[in-house]
Amino acid sequence: MIRFDNVSKTYPKQSRPALRDVSLDIEKGEFVFLVGSSGSGKSTFMRLILREERASQGMVHVLGKDLARLSNWKVPQMRRQLGTVFQDFRLLPNKTVAENVAFAQEVIGKPRGEIRKAVPQVLDLVGLGGKEDRMPGELSGGEQQRVAIARAFVNRPMLLIADEPTGNLDPQTSVGIMKLLDRINRTGTTVIMATHDQNIVDQMRKRVIELEQGRLVRDQARGVYGYQH
Amino acid sequence: MRAQFVLSEIGVGLRRNLTMTFAVVVSVALSLALFGGALLMREQVSSMKTYWYDKVNVSIFLCNKNDAKDVPKCAKGAVTAEQKKEIEADLKKMDAVETVQFETVDEAYKHYQEQFGDSPMAGNITPDQMQESFRVKLDDPQKYKVVATAFAGRDGVQSVQDQRSILDNLFGLMNGMNVAAIFLMGLMLVIALMLIVNTVRVSAFSRRRETGIMRLVGASGFYIQMPFIMEAAFAGLIGGLLACVILIAARYFLIDGGLALQEKLNLIDFIGWEAVLTKLPLVLAIGLLMPAVAALFALRKYLKV
Repeated sequence: MIRFDNVSKTYPKQSRPALRDVSLDIEKGEFVFLVGSSGSGKSTFMRLILREERASQGMVHVLGKDLARLSNWKVPQMRRQLGTVFQDFRLLPNKTVAENVAFAQEVIGKPRGEIRKAVPQVLDLVGLGGKEDRMPGELSGGEQQRVAIARAFVNRPMLLIADEPTGNLDPQTSVGIMKLLDRINRTGTTVIMATHDQNIVDQMRKRVIELEQGRLVRDQARGVYGYQH
Repeated sequence: MRAQFVLSEIGVGLRRNLTMTFAVVVSVALSLALFGGALLMREQVSSMKTYWYDKVNVSIFLCNKNDAKDVPKCAKGAVTAEQKKEIEADLKKMDAVETVQFETVDEAYKHYQEQFGDSPMAGNITPDQMQESFRVKLDDPQKYKVVATAFAGRDGVQSVQDQRSILDNLFGLMNGMNVAAIFLMGLMLVIALMLIVNTVRVSAFSRRRETGIMRLVGASGFYIQMPFIMEAAFAGLIGGLLACVILIAARYFLIDGGLALQEKLNLIDFIGWEAVLTKLPLVLAIGLLMPAVAALFALRKYLKV
């Protein structure tokens, strides 16, 4: 699914690499937590998978493709198989819930009939059935994140990337979001989630990858957030 | 790709940016109107040139007996029959000369009366004040100099006059106006392009959230850029249409209605509607394509895909 071979990334005009010599494999259907303090390289790791950035050294394979050799115009095709969720939801404030979800399908040219069928379905899945016509501003944070997840999942991606999806939510709402991500994971979708939320990581007991100053310092199946120092 | 979705996005974008859109429309309209005007002016000049150059001759005026006193060249007196024959023979030998016509004093007097018969001056002119002349038509009016140098110094020749040089002043003026119009058009074009680039930049910035999401869900670069390009093209098209209206109105105002130059200057053969109408598709096409291309270049810089 995802393979990093000795990947390093140095941003232009910066001496310290954001990622150093990271190698790992993530298999299809896995649920992986990505932990580490701010500046440890989590975001760079995500951006490399999304091919928002290219690796300075080493090889990144996503969905069996070498991203270094993927030409620019093929990147959109690759991204259609990935879903992304962010801490700040990134919804369009002037579109309804249903329109926000449909947007992800419209811009990749899905036929209207398919969109009309898929949107209510995925909104039901994330627990927002009946709120299709609400505006994002009328929803709670947890509900907005559910809309974002619905949008990320509506195209049935192979891989869901979540960058601190619970970062703006209270613990109880976070649990709901985690249950939802777990449910999505059970449909066979690989989930990679960057987080600072210790409780969630400890409860879920999934694979944990820890980065520290750009280095991979821990890769643990059924791990917890951190060793007790 | 869904046309309705794309169109609604364009509408939203244009309305959000109404003042900038308006500026783009006006500047495109003005630059294209100037462009069309310059094209038409050139056509007018060239049609007048062919019309008039066809009619004008090089005139070789011969000395008459009155010239002996006040024109140094004619100090030897009026032209003799022999000199006339020689000049005519030499003229006919020249390659550049197409036809040679001899105008007698009486003919000259008649022409003069025809042209200026109403003016009080005409009454004072008598036939013996008129000059005999050769009216020479050249196959290429530019070769006037050849004739001038060959005959200006001859005995019996008072002067060689190129009627074209009178017209050239007029054409020079029109060409000058043309150059000014093109220069102005260039300026307006630069302004229009800068406005388009800026509009696209503002538009891309105000929609960075949408484009960011589009990128993430895997919309193609073309799909992301298209609304911006269509916006610019649409504004440009409106500008082009406006330019067409300006051109048609200007043609009507200057030539038919308003200034009614056609009536006042009926010697001039003005360009017809056809000339105006054939320019319009070009104006529209440029109005459509130029902003689109400008937008494409602006997007490369301001919109990450």
